[in-house]
Amino acid sequence: MSGFFAPFAANCEAFGETRRRGGAAVRAPVGTVRAVRVQLFVTCLVDLLYPKVGERTVALLERLGCDVAFPAGQTCCGQPALNSGYPEQARRVADRFLDTFAASSDPVVAPFGSCVHMVRHGYERLYADDPGRLAVAREVGGRTHSLPGFVVEVLGREEVGGRYPGEAGTPVAYHHECHMLRGLGEAAPPLSLLGGVQGCTLVETERADQCCGFGGTFALKLAQVSTAMADEKLDRAIAAGARAIVSTDVGCLMHLDGRARRRGLDLEVHHLVDLLEPEGSL
Amino acid sequence: MSHRVLHPPRAEPAPAITVNLHRAAGNWAAKRAGARQLVDWEAWREEARRVRADAVAHLPELIERLEERVRAAGGEVHHAATAEEAAAIIVGLCGARGASSVAKAKSMTAEEIGLNEALELAGVEAVETDLGEYIVQQLGDRPSHILAPAVHLSAAQVAELFGRLSGEAFDPEDTAALVAYARGVLRERFLTADVGITGVNMAVAQTGSLVLIESEGNIRLSASLPRTHIALMGIEKVVRDWTGAAHLMQMLPLASHGRPAAASTSVVTGPARDGDDGPGELHVVLLDAGRSAVRGTDLEEALQCIRCGACLYACPVYRQVGGHAYGSSYSGPIGAVITPALERSSPETAQLPWMSSLCGACAEACPVKIPLDDQLVTLRAAAQARDPHRGEAALFEAWARLWSRPAGYRATARTAGKALGPLWRKAARASGEGWTARAPFPFDGWTSTRDVRSPAGEPFHERWRKRRG
Repeated sequence: MSGFFAPFAANCEAFGETRRRGGAAVRAPVGTVRAVRVQLFVTCLVDLLYPKVGERTVALLERLGCDVAFPAGQTCCGQPALNSGYPEQARRVADRFLDTFAASSDPVVAPFGSCVHMVRHGYERLYADDPGRLAVAREVGGRTHSLPGFVVEVLGREEVGGRYPGEAGTPVAYHHECHMLRGLGEAAPPLSLLGGVQGCTLVETERADQCCGFGGTFALKLAQVSTAMADEKLDRAIAAGARAIVSTDVGCLMHLDGRARRRGLDLEVHHLVDLLEPEGSL
Repeated sequence: MSHRVLHPPRAEPAPAITVNLHRAAGNWAAKRAGARQLVDWEAWREEARRVRADAVAHLPELIERLEERVRAAGGEVHHAATAEEAAAIIVGLCGARGASSVAKAKSMTAEEIGLNEALELAGVEAVETDLGEYIVQQLGDRPSHILAPAVHLSAAQVAELFGRLSGEAFDPEDTAALVAYARGVLRERFLTADVGITGVNMAVAQTGSLVLIESEGNIRLSASLPRTHIALMGIEKVVRDWTGAAHLMQMLPLASHGRPAAASTSVVTGPARDGDDGPGELHVVLLDAGRSAVRGTDLEEALQCIRCGACLYACPVYRQVGGHAYGSSYSGPIGAVITPALERSSPETAQLPWMSSLCGACAEACPVKIPLDDQLVTLRAAAQARDPHRGEAALFEAWARLWSRPAGYRATARTAGKALGPLWRKAARASGEGWTARAPFPFDGWTSTRDVRSPAGEPFHERWRKRRG
């Protein structure tokens, strides 16, 4: 595995001060040839509905030389309750998140940008009246990263290879997850990783930055509006010639895939990490 | 079933208007991209935010100064604590002048106080002089956008209306002919109106000046041709000085249309002086209607709004449902914030904050950096606290109890995966591996239009425990 460490160590030095963003400072072990320890926050939707996305995340991080721990006490970040108007209930679940991930100072990585946005931004609101807890939330939030953000901006790996798990040459549309794009300001990292994938071509879609209509409980409460938004997204992808949609938010993916299936569309839907597996391993 | 437990707001896509809104929003997105090439957008936003935040922070003192300077320039100032008071003041001013018709320029604040209805009750004909307002008024419709009242209509609908009104046939493609017809009708009305009523884009405390920004020229005519000019403004529209006002005078059209100057900008400082043309009287009506009460709360930044309409165009929910679905004067994300913020006790408007997927496009588009998505979340909590929805509250309480403990969380996962899984599959027709077409409550709202992932038989944490634990 040492082959992965040498470029990593070099990149860590390049990383320095300039590649930090959103208060996400991580002290990389510059110059040391030692595995980077990370804590996986798998997130509840990945855990319960897309466990393979969790396994592929572990596989990728390990391939990049990380020593991955999975703290057993984790449950959910609390976002569904906060966004539905139940901050008190959200806080109890967020307490669980902080208790779990404050125990170690290692970076926390999640294959779901929206949950990272919740930890970095939503916790500011949840703990606004509790300075002690807020300090913990900021410390943990500062080292909590989306998977693409961690790989590209912290590990300094702009591409990690990978092969599209379907027909070679498939035209792929990338769907920007709102909270990663606008919340974390991470437009570039997922596209950077996608650029290293063999076997598919990225197609530009009109207004790729637009919400797909998932929005958590919004998808249940305003189901018709939410579905009309999904249709707009799917129709634009098809109009652009795409045969697949790739994103990093399994909520968006379940929403778009579920709608595409209901409509009988010839469109595959994948998490980005599905494409980052080396050839033949999927 | 879920519609009762999850208490959704009532809103459905409106395909008939969506096509018009998409066209308008697409135009806006292209213009916005252009605006960002013209100026250092983020620095300009920050400066605009600073100007507006300063005004909101010092509102009482700036309003006092504004009042003093307006009076010094020969104008009169009226204070209205409520919408009803404001309407009564304006109706009274019209009545005292024996006005039978007023020329009304587009004003969302007039919409907020129900001015047209109040004037009609008093027997005063209110003539909308804005093209879009005129169209919706003739249709017996209401504005659906802060800046573009008729954005939900197509050219064909307008051609049909004008044909009906004039007895002539109009080609929907011939925009020039449509505009020429409307101009002909509207110009005549300025000359016969006794009073002109306008809104105000900003009021400059430094000199007591009102700034009126527009694209058609009807506001300038409404403010200059009739003998009396009544200007209605929310108190938050004040700004400290001309340095700040000058920035906003560029920022507003940039945010709305992608251009740093509006087609027409008028500055009104007092009534016409001796020997000048113009109204002999100027009345400024300062409307509070809940605004003072929002100051100092966690929604205060909403008072920074300059009514540019950018968040409406940016909002994918607004584009699907249209402005009327909000059932309030102000629609879109800012409407979903400002309406319940101003009317804190209304059960109807308390539902508006759910008209959002919280995608953040509104906050990103806002030229004065109002954290609209955060405020929608704040208002959701306020609505739940004031008027708890028992079923939903019980679900989230149970969820918090279970998911704040790893054992409870894992028990949920086991139940979902092993016990519920077969039930889901039993109720479902096959929809591909791992997918279900019909899910039990509370996910049935989802499966009305979409298939859903079945819970994994073995969640990730189980797999990890077996393999590595």
